[in-house]
Amino acid sequence: MFDEPNLIYIYDGSFDGLLCCVFESYDKKEIPADIFLPGTSHTILFEVKKITTDVRKSNRVLLSIPQKIGLPALDFVRHAFLTCFSQKELYILLFLRLGYRYGPSIMNMLTNDIVNTLVKVVKHLNNESHLLKGFVRFSILNNVLVAEIEPKNYVLPLLTQHFCERYPEENFLIYDRTHSMALVYRPYQSAVIPIDDLELPEPDKEEQAFCELWRIFYDTIAIQGRNNPKCRQSHMPKRYWKYMTEFGSAQPKSLLRLEKSSGTNFLAGEKPS
Amino acid sequence: MDVFEKLKILTDAAKYDVACTSSGVDKKTAAHGIGNAAASGICHSFSADGRCISLLKVLMTNICAYDCKYCVNRKSNDTPRASFAPRELAELTINFYRRNYIEGLFLSSGVLKNPDYTTEQMIETLRILREEYRFSGYIHAKAIPGTDDGLIAHLGMLADRMSVNIELPSQNSLQLLAPDKSKHSILAPMGYIQQQIQENSTDIIKYRHAPKFVPAGQSTQMIIGATPDTDFQILNLTESLYKKYKLKRVFFSAYMPVTENTLLPTADTKPPLLREHRLYQADWLLRFYGFTANELLDQHHQNFNPYIDPKCNWALNHMNFFPMDINRASYSDLLRVPGIGVNSAKKIVTARRMATLNFSDLKKLGVVVKRAQYFVTCGGKALDGLKITQDAVLQSLMSEKTLGTYHENFPKQKWEQLSLFEQPLMLPPTSSQEDLLQCLTSLT
Repeated sequence: MFDEPNLIYIYDGSFDGLLCCVFESYDKKEIPADIFLPGTSHTILFEVKKITTDVRKSNRVLLSIPQKIGLPALDFVRHAFLTCFSQKELYILLFLRLGYRYGPSIMNMLTNDIVNTLVKVVKHLNNESHLLKGFVRFSILNNVLVAEIEPKNYVLPLLTQHFCERYPEENFLIYDRTHSMALVYRPYQSAVIPIDDLELPEPDKEEQAFCELWRIFYDTIAIQGRNNPKCRQSHMPKRYWKYMTEFGSAQPKSLLRLEKSSGTNFLAGEKPS
Repeated sequence: MDVFEKLKILTDAAKYDVACTSSGVDKKTAAHGIGNAAASGICHSFSADGRCISLLKVLMTNICAYDCKYCVNRKSNDTPRASFAPRELAELTINFYRRNYIEGLFLSSGVLKNPDYTTEQMIETLRILREEYRFSGYIHAKAIPGTDDGLIAHLGMLADRMSVNIELPSQNSLQLLAPDKSKHSILAPMGYIQQQIQENSTDIIKYRHAPKFVPAGQSTQMIIGATPDTDFQILNLTESLYKKYKLKRVFFSAYMPVTENTLLPTADTKPPLLREHRLYQADWLLRFYGFTANELLDQHHQNFNPYIDPKCNWALNHMNFFPMDINRASYSDLLRVPGIGVNSAKKIVTARRMATLNFSDLKKLGVVVKRAQYFVTCGGKALDGLKITQDAVLQSLMSEKTLGTYHENFPKQKWEQLSLFEQPLMLPPTSSQEDLLQCLTSLT
């Protein structure tokens, strides 16, 4: 169809950047073999093209998606961009190209391989974010609720609304160790900011007491005669256990270290040093 | 007694209550309050027995005036007793909730002094949570049979879901094992709650801000395997509870021997977990798949087949419905195919508007082709190379575990007549359907 299948796009990693790739693909009538972040290693056989992010171009693409393919498709693509799928950029580009051709009905073409792949990775993302709504465990340190997670997908944007509505009067922070980002909230405003590392004060007596109470509850509620560790693990995969209060004897190690000052700094939106 | 010990005793006493769902209501936080609720419900953890932990499930007290034979908290049992003070329990709930351990509170109770006094204690706990902490999270409260209607109405205004345990599937069993309870004392509050929900739903139409009565509906639970009631009786009861009392859920709990009594199964009886599982499968078929109790079981088949799930069993007994063409069958018909669930049926209906579906497409849409292959065609054709042999059919329609027990009970015949010309039977000659039926439905 097009003459240059062995072409690689390099983009800056932002959603706008990806939309510029879509623009470029239509502008130059070419389809890249893959889309990479700068610094990713790839074979030298491919020609490399650096796509610079231009807000005017990306806005044109952004506006056209609801018009030509519909709002659900824009939502879908935004979600797909948050997943941990390694070829998400290429698949999103191919999906949008299909979308411009078929219109809103692209969302119903579930047996198309590109649509099907994206549907699956978005489902993985949604499942993970739903599970984490339950599995996030806060420790109350200096009257700030602090939690750590290590998700595969970038779920923080999907957790924001849920937790902000749940604790409107609290100060809280959810630190995503995988992506080095944190959701911070103080009454009536929230932000997702980059944080390199998190160091927190020791939990006080009260905090330790409630952890202990929760562990007592967790151990007691199980019925021995129905013991079924396999069932538990399929509902709650082991990779989530690391930060959950009911497993392990105390707080995660990183939460046990260092000074009190950082506890107030991060809510002001600054990186703790 | 400190709160650690109390929590241990009162959790231990509450753990046999099955329901721990937090679903059915979507709520925003009250102004300057804490908490919300999502319609889908959220599981916060899973205990070692694989059950979801969503709510802080405790008893107000495990002191009880009743003497139900199957219950750990019965009056005659020698066990440590404890009670929460309303404020103490409310504080514990809020502190767990702030740390995102739980989605809310599941409050049940033994009967302390009398049902009215017990309910007043529960109301006080819920009042502190709702009014003082402005807590909008989920609360499931158990109605104590024999409580005054006015108190139940008050409790219902504070709770999201209420439940009355039906305990045992028939009046006879109740008389035998729970002499202090009667069918009437259980069904009366259930009917009253149902009537209040009904009245409230018309109020809400008239006045938008009318306070909501039990917005997430009511549920119940019964014990399976303590009495000789059959699956057919249980399933019919379940169906009428959904229809008559508009229950949201009926829970089953496999009987765990907690006590020695001549009226009960012996203490070394294993809990009938497979039977409980089959009942839940059937319950799902009633609620989401458009089946009725009489289709799944009848007078002559009073119990579920232990080897095959109820839906597959139905399909094998109604082979005249099959094979069904994926590209033409209606949504409700698709739901009847083993291997197709609610999600995949919806996806099939969506996807076939855009393209004709074949078997590899079905796989992409999440259909379990291994099971569905015997019951469907794509564009009039069965799956290429589909063989119907006893081994193949058994392997694809049973889970690995049940297949194991099946082979233990019905050892494979080792001998076989060699033949140069024997061909595996192909679908859809009618004789093969009978073979299929024979090898699966006449097992027990």
